[in-house]
Amino acid sequence: MSGRSCLTANDWICGEYVRSRGQELADATVQHVWITLVSVVLGLLIAFPLALLARGRDGRRSRFAGPVLGLTTVLYTVPSLAMFSLLLPVFGLSAAVVVTGLVLYSLTVLVRNILAGLEAVPAEAREAALGMGYGRGRLLWEVELPLALPALLAGVRIATVSTVALTTVGAIVGYGGLGTLIVDGLDSLFKAQVLTASVICVLLAVVADLLLLGLQRALTPWTRVRTPRIRGGVRAPAGTTHTPITRIAKAG
Amino acid sequence: MGAIGDAFTWLATGANWQGESGVWNRLAEHLYFSGVCLLLSCLIALPVALWLGHLGRGGALAVNLSNVGRAIPTLAVLILLTLTPLGRLGDLPTIIALVLFAVPPLLTNAYIGMREVDRAVVEAARGMGMSGRQVFLRVELPLAYPLVMTGLRSAAVQVVATATLAAMAGEGGLGRIITAGFNTYNTPQVVAGALLVAVLALLVEGVLVAVDRLLAPMRGREAVRRAA
Repeated sequence: MSGRSCLTANDWICGEYVRSRGQELADATVQHVWITLVSVVLGLLIAFPLALLARGRDGRRSRFAGPVLGLTTVLYTVPSLAMFSLLLPVFGLSAAVVVTGLVLYSLTVLVRNILAGLEAVPAEAREAALGMGYGRGRLLWEVELPLALPALLAGVRIATVSTVALTTVGAIVGYGGLGTLIVDGLDSLFKAQVLTASVICVLLAVVADLLLLGLQRALTPWTRVRTPRIRGGVRAPAGTTHTPITRIAKAG
Repeated sequence: MGAIGDAFTWLATGANWQGESGVWNRLAEHLYFSGVCLLLSCLIALPVALWLGHLGRGGALAVNLSNVGRAIPTLAVLILLTLTPLGRLGDLPTIIALVLFAVPPLLTNAYIGMREVDRAVVEAARGMGMSGRQVFLRVELPLAYPLVMTGLRSAAVQVVATATLAAMAGEGGLGRIITAGFNTYNTPQVVAGALLVAVLALLVEGVLVAVDRLLAPMRGREAVRRAA
């Protein structure tokens, strides 16, 4: 070690900070991941029945569709800081405040995507399954759900990435994971802590998105692009093909 | 319901509305942040998105930017900027953070709006001898209008909602009522502040819907409903 330490110089990037406060960083990261995970899983568990409610028995929208979509949209307009504050009298200073707020936010995206996925199931597929004697439950589980899976998982990806970012605001009640470190860093003007925690937070979002993308591809092999044919009918050599990581929305 | 009742009592107290940290002043700060950010975001995002949409290029950019935007914690950006030399310039960190937050959805919506214009209609317009500029102004822009407005509406609501975070970096706005309530363990004040922001966000949404109805050059209700 030569010269002043980066901790006393208050540098933005400081390896010594990561070494000496590694445990604190790890704890905050674990709390962040935990809060995000619980929120998205709970959100999914609540959004799925809501989407089923919005979609009628006949596969079209039911009379509950308007109220369900309207309510989840209104919830989304409540500011995060305000949402956590409004839940405070209900749960007191606890992680439940943050998780509940995040669940309510994730509902907008999740309900819409699940509903869109279920609505995209071709009527012929439903009728064929019903004709083959499938019951409602089996139809849902074995036909509709797999077909709705790409849209559903796209919704889970959006909800997860947003939730990772929003968890930081939970710092206001002390359960913001990395956000708590970021806000504390502001109070103590501790640059390395703010930057390191922010970077980990963005990395968490990226890693979560990639993991979910992998899950999506593993669960829905039929949606994958087939080996592209080079003009003239010659197959591309093995190993040179790839599936585009991001499907570009080619609208129109 | 007790907490909500106490919050209304707080709101009904005239003294809480007066002075530098009163509701009126905080509301003015909040509207100022939100308005400036929205205007800047539109000036940055809309020309780029409409132009790219007209050319039919940059789809990957528009879609990916939207995803990147979601992954960026606005609170972290705000606090990072506050600690840089920019932090000494008062409102600037808040404005930059909010613009970064609002540009991706505006850009993506406007781009997709332009690309969703029926290609056959554009071809027909070109076939009639319209120049690129005429196609853009007379065909693409009016048809893309409903989706562009939808993007603007959701961006406006999100900016108003997120401007609350400025308080956590020590800036003004309605969020200050909430954070001040937290610091003094004044729960009625916290709930009152939260109610104020939520009502303001819904009001902004309502006003924009009304403006949209008045201005809509095309009766593109179907498209608006589809996109909403």
